[in-house]
Amino acid sequence: MKKDKLVLVGNGMAGIRTLEELLKLAAGKYDITVFGDEPYGNYNRILLSPVLSGEKTIKQIILNDLDWYEQNGITLHKGKRVISIDRARRRVAAEDGITEEYSRLLLATGSSPFIIPVPGHELEGVIGFRDIKDVDAMLAASKQYKKAVVIGGGLLGLEAANGLLQQDMDVTVVHLLDTLMERQLDKTAATMLQRNLEERGLKFLMEAETESIQGKGRVQSLRFKDGSEIEADLVVMAVGIRPNIELAKHCGLHCERGIVVNDTLQTYDPRIYAVGECVQHRGVTYGLVAPLFEQARVCANHLAEYGIGHYEGSVTSTKLKVTGIELFSAGNFNGDEGTEEIVMQDAAAGVYKKIVLKENRVEGAVLYGDTVDGAWYFQLLRDDTDISEMREQLMFGQGHLGNAGHGGENAAAALPDDAEVCGCNGVTKGDIVKAIIEKGLFTLEDVRTHTKASASCGSCTGLVEQILADTVGGDYSVAQTTQPLCKCTDYSHDDVRNTIRQEHLTTIQSVMETLDWRTPDGCSSCRPALNYYVISAWPDDAKDDPQSRFINERAHANIQKDGTYSVVPRMWGGVTSPSELRAIADAAEKYSARLIKVTGGQRIDLFGIRKEDLPAVWADFNKAGMVSGHAYGKSLRTVKTCVGSEWCRFGTQDSTGLGIKLEKMTWGSWTPHKFKIAVSGCPRNCAEATIKDFGVVCVDSGYELHIGGNGGVRVRATDLLCKVATEQEAMEFCGAFMQLYREEAHYLERTAPWLERVGLAYVKESVIEDAVRRESLYKRFLQSQKTARKDPWKQIAGDDKESRNFSPIKMVDTASN
Amino acid sequence: MSEWIEIGALTEIPKLGSRIVQTPTGDIALFRTSANAVFAVRDRCPHKQGPLSQGMVHGNTVTCPLHSWEIDLTSGGALPPDEGCTHTYATRVEKGMVMINLKVS
Repeated sequence: MKKDKLVLVGNGMAGIRTLEELLKLAAGKYDITVFGDEPYGNYNRILLSPVLSGEKTIKQIILNDLDWYEQNGITLHKGKRVISIDRARRRVAAEDGITEEYSRLLLATGSSPFIIPVPGHELEGVIGFRDIKDVDAMLAASKQYKKAVVIGGGLLGLEAANGLLQQDMDVTVVHLLDTLMERQLDKTAATMLQRNLEERGLKFLMEAETESIQGKGRVQSLRFKDGSEIEADLVVMAVGIRPNIELAKHCGLHCERGIVVNDTLQTYDPRIYAVGECVQHRGVTYGLVAPLFEQARVCANHLAEYGIGHYEGSVTSTKLKVTGIELFSAGNFNGDEGTEEIVMQDAAAGVYKKIVLKENRVEGAVLYGDTVDGAWYFQLLRDDTDISEMREQLMFGQGHLGNAGHGGENAAAALPDDAEVCGCNGVTKGDIVKAIIEKGLFTLEDVRTHTKASASCGSCTGLVEQILADTVGGDYSVAQTTQPLCKCTDYSHDDVRNTIRQEHLTTIQSVMETLDWRTPDGCSSCRPALNYYVISAWPDDAKDDPQSRFINERAHANIQKDGTYSVVPRMWGGVTSPSELRAIADAAEKYSARLIKVTGGQRIDLFGIRKEDLPAVWADFNKAGMVSGHAYGKSLRTVKTCVGSEWCRFGTQDSTGLGIKLEKMTWGSWTPHKFKIAVSGCPRNCAEATIKDFGVVCVDSGYELHIGGNGGVRVRATDLLCKVATEQEAMEFCGAFMQLYREEAHYLERTAPWLERVGLAYVKESVIEDAVRRESLYKRFLQSQKTARKDPWKQIAGDDKESRNFSPIKMVDTASN
Repeated sequence: MSEWIEIGALTEIPKLGSRIVQTPTGDIALFRTSANAVFAVRDRCPHKQGPLSQGMVHGNTVTCPLHSWEIDLTSGGALPPDEGCTHTYATRVEKGMVMINLKVS
């Protein structure tokens, strides 16, 4: 069968990124042809500044060399400018007469620097700052001439000026307004930046409007409206960009400032798509790379005929790529009538931070001198997170919200290359930087895949993101706000959950069919999530799929590094008896446990048990009246207690008794992630209830209920939910809270991040203020517990076929080699 | 001498699951995919020797339970960007019985 032809006009970052995304989704779908008017493969345009300053070479910023085009069967017409599109015949023609037919056309023509049409703008030595040709011109000029003038004190202008300064030119920046980078910085930060750049040797002419450029053949000087003049051998105009829309306009496509596209990146001719700096989407044009990548993803999705992605516009953030200057800005950083500001300024240390808030949400931020938390503020902004609970710590950054769980080093730029960034996987900063440069990585996800940094516990995510930002140089591609559930789909966790509820889907297979999963069996990320979502939505109808559970939940024990298992029987409320201890001791001897350890959750763990022995161990424990402790599950783990009023001279209530009741109510329940409960008998809090998912602290007048604590990767103390007077109420609130978490949190999301995502106010409203909702949540919890409170150990140990699966299918005496 | 050894009924291996064949020189993991294909590989992940038999099967791939490396069951190779390889063994299913050839293929 003849393949459809896809023609791409524009060999830049946006267009090629779209092709890369398309090749991932539907590799053989199109015959692809690319036209580019530069004589290179695709290179990283945002790294031109470091090339100019001599920190990088052209070779280092090539993203796709010519081999890449060949390997992917893509025809590249390089150095060829397309001059016309014949929409009726579906054909494009280049200057030298080459024509190509298309069934789909993708325009990624980018933008051009705006050249102010003052007299003399055509003189030799007057250039923009856009491509390798411009950089070559600047580098050549720096070898022959001395005086450079950069018109425009924005992001690009300052980067150009800095680069020329590094090439030993005498550089003056001319700016129309009285503050630099007015689109990214407020006045205070701009003033600090100007002072800092002046110390490095840059000169500034503020509020200066160019009237004309003089010279004979080559530029010699500039004259301003006020009559003053300045000498110049090189003039770089960096006053903004204009989308390249002539080609599109010429063939009758609707254009305004850019080529107008819809949410699937289609122009008014649905066969013609457009991405990148040349497009105008919902009235906005973009000049940074992150939005282009988001567009590329959606466009590729549509080209591959997975018609579910929509581009809804981007919020952008900025960093200046001038070595040694730390600067970050995002969103509405100037504020207006409806906003408030938190400001911190330390002039001596050169640090300034401003966070703009509106109705307890981050609207914008400017950071100067210390940009460590830029990525975090940007995340809060994009996610529209309610920050009322952390407002007081907000200015001090994410690190101050809780112990990060590993060494406190936090400033990415200052780290030496051999510093360990990811403590779980032993990845150093040097490893990460190397992978980013050599493999051309742009997203956190890419860095994770290639280096494993932040791929385990995730506590170094912020740091990895910063290294990425520092290395790529600025507007690296941040993760989308709504992430797809995994690589098998473009739907998010919430999309999937809603569909399961609305369509009454009770099997993993039916979810995959309904939502057009890209892989036949899903993957090890989505299958457990889907399994959880169907059984939590339809506890009575859905059947658990053991093959879609992680091994620990399939083997009802915890796998260890040598392939043996550890076994933890339940001890209700941490209370045990001589006969239980005897049974544990007997089992430990009988099955040769290699280590017996008391766990943090007040139970006993037997290590080194062979898989084939598990059913027998369980049968022995069942005989002694013990059941599974679910120490392996995304489920209720333990209820930790102190002895309380029965024994302790300080105890105010029977904390042990309440703990046992809570455990009997909640055990066996599947939750999005592990769930831990504790009950302390008095505010001395010996059971550490304030770092548990649900904690009860008994007081003389009743029970304080706490939620959302965590003692793991990031220590988080609980929030106080409310205070109740009776045990019965404590149980009801616990069940209702747990049910809300089960129904609404994403799979593998602990209560702490979930609570921070939805806000304490929302949980209080659902569980406290709305008594009807609480009752129905509690009722649903008890209903699903009717079937859940069965001992999985007993079920397997009592079933020969199930038990057999724990043993080898056969032993052979032939050696395998 | 035939090098093919009969292991057991296909139905003894759960769909999308695995069983182990013990040999004097180490375990071999037998996998059954959703399409009823059977694969045999040495039960050691090339990364840190994790028991692949305990991993999750999807398509012709298994995810190691220890550190989530993905191993292609047809070749025994780790999927990129990870690098490494485990041995594979030829299998066939005859009249519902799984056969394995212990010569490394």
